[in-house]
Amino acid sequence: MNPHLTWNLVADVRQLVEYRFMVNALLAASVVAVMAAVVGWFMVLRLQTFAGHTLSMMSFPGAAAAALVGLPLAAGYFAFCTAGALVIAGAAGGGGRRAPAQESAVIGTVGAVALALGFLGLSVYGGVLESLESLLFGSILGVTRGQVLTLAIVAVCVLSLLALAGRPLLFASIDEPLARARRVPVGSLSIAFLLVLGLAVAATAQITGVLLVFALLVAPAGIARELTPRIGAGLALSVLLGLVIAWVGLGLSYFTNHSPGFYVSTIAIVLYAGARLTRGLSTARARRGGPDAREALGGATDR
Amino acid sequence: MSAVTGAVVDGEPAIELRDASLRLGGHTIWSGVDLLVGAGEFVAILGPNGAGKSTLLEVLLGLLELARGEVAVLGAPAGAGNERIGYLPQRRVFDASTRVRGIDVVRLGLDGRRWGMPLPLAGRLRARARSDRERVARAIEQVGASSYAGRPIGECSGGEQQRLLIAQALVQSPRMLILDEPLDGLDLPNQAGVAALVQGICRTHGVTVLLVAHDVNPLLPYVDRVLYLAGGHAAMGTPEQVITSETLSGLYGAPVEVLKARDGRLVVVGEPEAPHQHGPRHGHEHGPRHVLR
Repeated sequence: MNPHLTWNLVADVRQLVEYRFMVNALLAASVVAVMAAVVGWFMVLRLQTFAGHTLSMMSFPGAAAAALVGLPLAAGYFAFCTAGALVIAGAAGGGGRRAPAQESAVIGTVGAVALALGFLGLSVYGGVLESLESLLFGSILGVTRGQVLTLAIVAVCVLSLLALAGRPLLFASIDEPLARARRVPVGSLSIAFLLVLGLAVAATAQITGVLLVFALLVAPAGIARELTPRIGAGLALSVLLGLVIAWVGLGLSYFTNHSPGFYVSTIAIVLYAGARLTRGLSTARARRGGPDAREALGGATDR
Repeated sequence: MSAVTGAVVDGEPAIELRDASLRLGGHTIWSGVDLLVGAGEFVAILGPNGAGKSTLLEVLLGLLELARGEVAVLGAPAGAGNERIGYLPQRRVFDASTRVRGIDVVRLGLDGRRWGMPLPLAGRLRARARSDRERVARAIEQVGASSYAGRPIGECSGGEQQRLLIAQALVQSPRMLILDEPLDGLDLPNQAGVAALVQGICRTHGVTVLLVAHDVNPLLPYVDRVLYLAGGHAAMGTPEQVITSETLSGLYGAPVEVLKARDGRLVVVGEPEAPHQHGPRHGHEHGPRHVLR
């Protein structure tokens, strides 16, 4: 195979889907990008990015354990990530009032244990396990049709749950004291969201690798948050950005023969930096404009 | 309730508390409290830190159980009619990084409990969506927040946030407002502005208002009666009846003097410090604000 990038987009896409492994990779990346963008939007809103990153590390010992007992790696990813979610939920308040300081201490500890366990698993098993590299940085080009199907099922479950519980979750995330007074099950929602996050992260880590979940989980949501404070628009933008990052990253990787993880992460970071810069500039412009511009922005300034 | 009684309540009372006692963590927070609030009254709840002002509100919302006595709110047991009550919990501040619009926060007061996704569907659902939008817009207009409701709430000033939160409490067209320290952290003009706003809502819509405050002065021109909680007991009446040296000394069980400044402001002198914390639930009275996002 010797694909090369041309200025003809149609020809490029035709080259991209010429091989079955590439079609599978694109499908898997699309499914994961959509799911990660939606879950990531809630995660960023709830300030649980650290939890998301740590849960992705749980897939490292998960993969090692699955290899040890002879199960598919994906089973190990999902089992360990959801178990990690339960540990974090249980140790960090057990559904009671959220205690951020305690939560981050628990999460940090879970992350350290995850890496240590994974390394132990690797050294006990020694060898046949997929290379450490692909575990940490992704192995999307080897995805099978069966794996795509598994990812799709997980994505449908995760997105349905969020569609069902979206508004109460939003309420509990933005305004916990009032949500509690209105008898929204804040504690159960918090545990359920960590579980959903665990599932989404386990799926994302299979595509981007353990260390690069940022690219699809955090970046699209983070960029959308910079660009709009609207809820619907933010979610839609997040999904769109996730798809663009995944597709462009995979495409570039295909044509240049470098790792997809590199491209996906680089695009994500460049877009994120661009979004921050855009908002920073527009805020600065509003400020420089003096009181008149502030009023034009709609501020009855009574600070 | 001790010596002082207040205005005559005609019709069905909005709140009725009889010989109520509350215990938390083995401590009695207050006891022997009687409270009768008429529909459409504006009552301020005053008292030192740890006197149990917020816990009284939680009793009325059915979030805490009385150790003794009876409570009825809007003619039903506490907690049963909460959808007819607009509640504003204590000390909520949205930190500057909160990237959610004020209008969306207000809207959560209306549909935050509903499960399922808001989809642009045809027919009946569409009509409900339109009426929801109108109610949100009306509540925002009522508090005069229309000009900044579209901005991220974290970028709004304290006074703007407080008005938006009152709109959130109003959005269900409640028959009662229970506001826990809505003036906390506001500068004096904003305190007066919010107090006047609340009184306006009370008068024009006949909404019963219970408002917890630290300082009675910004409220003096607006409230009908005050409930003063201190030393485990309560006194109720007009501000002139309750905020006197005799009544407060009786409540605190120690000599307290109330002075009247030339501009009509009341100054309480010699208020003893709250003797001790009444158990873990009270930590939040002194703790950091709830920071929301």
